[in-house]
Amino acid sequence: MMRIEIVKRPQHSVLFSALSPFIALFLTLIAGAILFSVLGKNPISALYSYFIEPLTEVWSIHELLVKAAPLILIAVGLSVCFLSNNWNIGAEGQFIAGGIAGSILPVVFPDFQGWYVLPIMLLLGMAGGMAYATIPAFLKVRFNTNEILTSLMLVYVAQLFLDWLVRGPWRNPQGYNFPETVQFSDSAILPAIWPDSGRAHWGFALAIIAAVVVWFMLSRTLNGFEIKVLGRSSRAGRFAGFSAGRLTFFAFLVSGALAGLAGIAEVSGAVGQLRTSISPGYGFTAIIVAFLGRLNPLGIIAAGLVLALSYLGGEAAQISLGISEKSARIFQGIILFFVLASDSLIYYRIRIVSRLSETALKGA
Amino acid sequence: MTMFEAILLTVATAATPLLIAALGELVVERSGVLNLGVEGMMVMGAVTGFAVAQYTGSAWLGMFAAILAGAAFSLLFGFLTLTLITNQVATGLALTLLGLGASAMIGESFVGLPGVRMDSLYIQGLTDIPYVGKVLFGQDPIFYISILLTIGVAWFLFRTRAGLTLRAVGDNHTSAHALGVPVVRIRYLAVIFGGACAGLAGAQLSLVYVPQWVENMTSGRGWIALALVVFASWRPWRILAGAYLFGAVTIGQLHAQALGIGVPSQFMSSLPYLATIIVLVLISRNKRLTLMNTPTSLGKPFVPDR
Repeated sequence: MMRIEIVKRPQHSVLFSALSPFIALFLTLIAGAILFSVLGKNPISALYSYFIEPLTEVWSIHELLVKAAPLILIAVGLSVCFLSNNWNIGAEGQFIAGGIAGSILPVVFPDFQGWYVLPIMLLLGMAGGMAYATIPAFLKVRFNTNEILTSLMLVYVAQLFLDWLVRGPWRNPQGYNFPETVQFSDSAILPAIWPDSGRAHWGFALAIIAAVVVWFMLSRTLNGFEIKVLGRSSRAGRFAGFSAGRLTFFAFLVSGALAGLAGIAEVSGAVGQLRTSISPGYGFTAIIVAFLGRLNPLGIIAAGLVLALSYLGGEAAQISLGISEKSARIFQGIILFFVLASDSLIYYRIRIVSRLSETALKGA
Repeated sequence: MTMFEAILLTVATAATPLLIAALGELVVERSGVLNLGVEGMMVMGAVTGFAVAQYTGSAWLGMFAAILAGAAFSLLFGFLTLTLITNQVATGLALTLLGLGASAMIGESFVGLPGVRMDSLYIQGLTDIPYVGKVLFGQDPIFYISILLTIGVAWFLFRTRAGLTLRAVGDNHTSAHALGVPVVRIRYLAVIFGGACAGLAGAQLSLVYVPQWVENMTSGRGWIALALVVFASWRPWRILAGAYLFGAVTIGQLHAQALGIGVPSQFMSSLPYLATIIVLVLISRNKRLTLMNTPTSLGKPFVPDR
């Protein structure tokens, strides 16, 4: 008989807090190899086309940055929420709200053009995401309502609202009845960083800036300290005079703004118009990014690239191996499980004990 | 069959998956564990139920397979949160994300196939009674299971010693442990029960409600079930009432769409989600009610000391 025994470490392990994301990724690769073998594919070549091939060509590295931009932006905001114990899981809805709000200018006033269009769009996108994130924050602070459920319910509402807009009032009148808005004019398009080699747009640069700014805020300012104290112990935070309610608003506003920015950057940089669906689940995948990055904005940059690679790998594997691109979502789910499991190595020592040695110990 | 009877039947069909999944989660939360993976376990149940019914031709085998699949999937959550003591909120989310992804891949070849529908009950004479016959004696088997399950859970939690022990574990795991109650084992059993219920609820969707496989076919029902547990302040009979209220909202908006009352269909479709938010606010603003009924150890990690 074997049994797993957990013993709390007197101090959390510095070694494992650095190693845990790598352990998780390694275990995910092993699980992936097993999965591919079960599907009757050669695991080595499958993993190669999943995780290496997309990195061998310039255009696909551009695609990697396109997909990493929203993931990093959203996950950086979520790290502020999760660190302060605010479980915002409705980033997908805030992403959509940002995409809609930022598109008001190019869709409703397409004749309005000039250099100032883009900055206004980005600001409106952030404002849209913020406004949408205020709802669960307000309900939590004012009525003590569980923010997990409210923020998630609002995702469905946002998706339905976008669907209505794009099929109804915002549909392109010259669009042969396709559920799409007009194509954005050039001044409403977020430009490519290196237009000669691929379509990676400035949204990625915004993501890096956001990560660095939030990292600075979390690690070097009083505000960041407040977030961590209240997140670990709301009682200790109250004694220090920190207000949990104010912090809840702050965390939701930051993450809503970043998710909204990600939304408008995606619409204006990668798509160029609004459609019924503008996200392959970025808002949910970003939860995985935030945890894989150990809620550290700089770690999140790396984690965002890894998860973006899984999207590309899924597409590549569909073409070269005939494995459904949906396998990417299995990978993403498995990564989060292994991240959480390896994180417990930081706080606990795990021992596998056999009943035999236990009785021997008691006898001694 | 009258119009009223027909509406009552569809409300029951819409309410049943919510009721079953919420009853399972109720037992899990009463033991002090918060499993946010209901949506994922439910969708795994739906795809497994559909697949097994498809291959064997038997809806019953599909249903049993779905229950097993939900239970097996919940063990993943149990192992992480109870043995490795990971964060319950994050692990539950992981379960939902993995379930939605895995079911989408497993179900890819089933999209568009006609499913196997579970036959409704028919008792000569009784089912033909006007007005009440179809409602009482002519529904699908899972409806009757859901009612029995409500009675069973209510009886177990508040009328048996085992139920008392389970509630004690949820209210104060340290004291329960000190009294020699096997906290972790009880929580494992509760989590598995919750998984089995979610799997059954998923099977109801793919074998009774719409006998088809559609990606993400649970469309938030697992989350609504979680909200129902809070709405019901952790009591089984109130879950029954809440599930039927939500069933009525769902069916009501569908009928309103069919009648064409001039409100865009997307707005009507968002009603169940908005109703969930409103109901949660109404319940949670009453702090005393929530504080009195929330299992005190809910979501807190438990490390047994030796």
